[in-house]
Amino acid sequence: MASNEEILSGLAEIVNEETGLATEAVELDKSFTEDLDIDSISMMTIVVNAEEKFGVRIPDEEVKNLKTVGDAVSFIANAQA
Amino acid sequence: MARKVVITGLGATTPIGGDVPTMWRNALKGVSGAHTLEDDWVAKYELPVHFAARATTPATEVLSRVEAKRMDPSTQFAVVAAREAWADSGITEVDHDRLAVAFATGIGGVWTLLDAWDTLREKGPRRVLPMTVPMLMPNGPAAAVSLDLGARAGAHTPVSACASGTEAVHVGLDLIRSGKADVVVCGGAEAAIHPMPIAAFSSMQALSRRNDDPEGASRPYDLGRDGFVMGEGAGALVLEAEEHALARGARIYAELAGTSVTADAYHITAPDPEGLGATRALKAAMFDGRIQPEDVVHVNAHATSTPVGDKPEYTALKAALGNHVDSVAVSATKSQMGHLLGASGAVEAVLTVLAVYERKAPVTINLENQDPEIPLDVVTTARDLPGGSIVALSNSFGFGGHNAVIAVRSI
Repeated sequence: MASNEEILSGLAEIVNEETGLATEAVELDKSFTEDLDIDSISMMTIVVNAEEKFGVRIPDEEVKNLKTVGDAVSFIANAQA
Repeated sequence: MARKVVITGLGATTPIGGDVPTMWRNALKGVSGAHTLEDDWVAKYELPVHFAARATTPATEVLSRVEAKRMDPSTQFAVVAAREAWADSGITEVDHDRLAVAFATGIGGVWTLLDAWDTLREKGPRRVLPMTVPMLMPNGPAAAVSLDLGARAGAHTPVSACASGTEAVHVGLDLIRSGKADVVVCGGAEAAIHPMPIAAFSSMQALSRRNDDPEGASRPYDLGRDGFVMGEGAGALVLEAEEHALARGARIYAELAGTSVTADAYHITAPDPEGLGATRALKAAMFDGRIQPEDVVHVNAHATSTPVGDKPEYTALKAALGNHVDSVAVSATKSQMGHLLGASGAVEAVLTVLAVYERKAPVTINLENQDPEIPLDVVTTARDLPGGSIVALSNSFGFGGHNAVIAVRSI
């Protein structure tokens, strides 16, 4: 089970791989769409890569609730618990 | 009086050079881009053909990592060539609502399609990438170029197998003549050096099997020809209404004087042995450009190096040009770079424009014993073309009976 810090840094690497954004830009309070300019197709790619990396399942209907990076980190942490 | 259309920008990424200057230098020198494939899938699937002509510069070395991962390799090549052509045109300001794209592919995103199928079978549907459909669709190259340049007057994808690239130039001419656009970025892209297409083309006995001599395998018009060599890459041209080019003081390479497209309606893959469809295409392009046989000094031939394909093209040239065919310098550039399928016509259009502009015909390599049934004047060492007003033709023919011809006139 990963700590929240580990989840954040793992998620930042996935976002960097998909979008080219610097990992430091991926902060807890950043909105995926508003701040990081991530479109829905990139978001789905990030979700699927996060599922594999953290060994969790993120249902499609949950993805729309993951508005900020912090939302995703919390969801993954809870799913791992 | 139809609008006159001129060519003001050229781009290419090919097995004999990753940009236009390199490709042109090699085309005049006479080099082979065909080499033995190092990929482990050649042995794994026991492919009967062990070589191909890969692009000299991988697109991933030119594009950013994030750009490249959202594009099929065919689209990557298209964007590389289109950016070079656009920069070469020197256009700095354009009405984006009057800028169109006509970018072809023969096969489309075959790597993406088959990778996704492997992923589905090995890892399940969740792992199939969300970008799969936009990456595999045949309009992917046209769409990516349109997005890249902000071309909003339509993004077209003519698909006619190995005639696709030439048909894209034909569509570009029509878009400008009909007033639907002032500037068109046209071209073709292909990235199909993948075990499945190699197996499929091999099954139909279309590919050369000269595994012990890849560089000598593509030999159009030679008695020893035994099939074509798979190539990959892209070519791109910026077409512009003449008044638009003159208004901005553009460097004009040549006039795109005429184009045509016909269909054989004879057989799904075999060319009409009498070359009737190709003859009609040649005559129609010449009529379109108000060209007499005596105006033509150079032909960039389709000439893929298959036993059955090369001769009907000669028959057609003879029918369209009459005895003047003996005075025309013919270049079969697939001898150097293999067959780029849906990109071939676009790359050959670039070479044809340069031949007219630089007044030099590029080289046909590997011609040792010319087929006596094809008595063309084949250019085997770079040759100067005459001064004055000259015309060059470029032919492309595709499975499905597609014939496409463009005619380029000096300025």
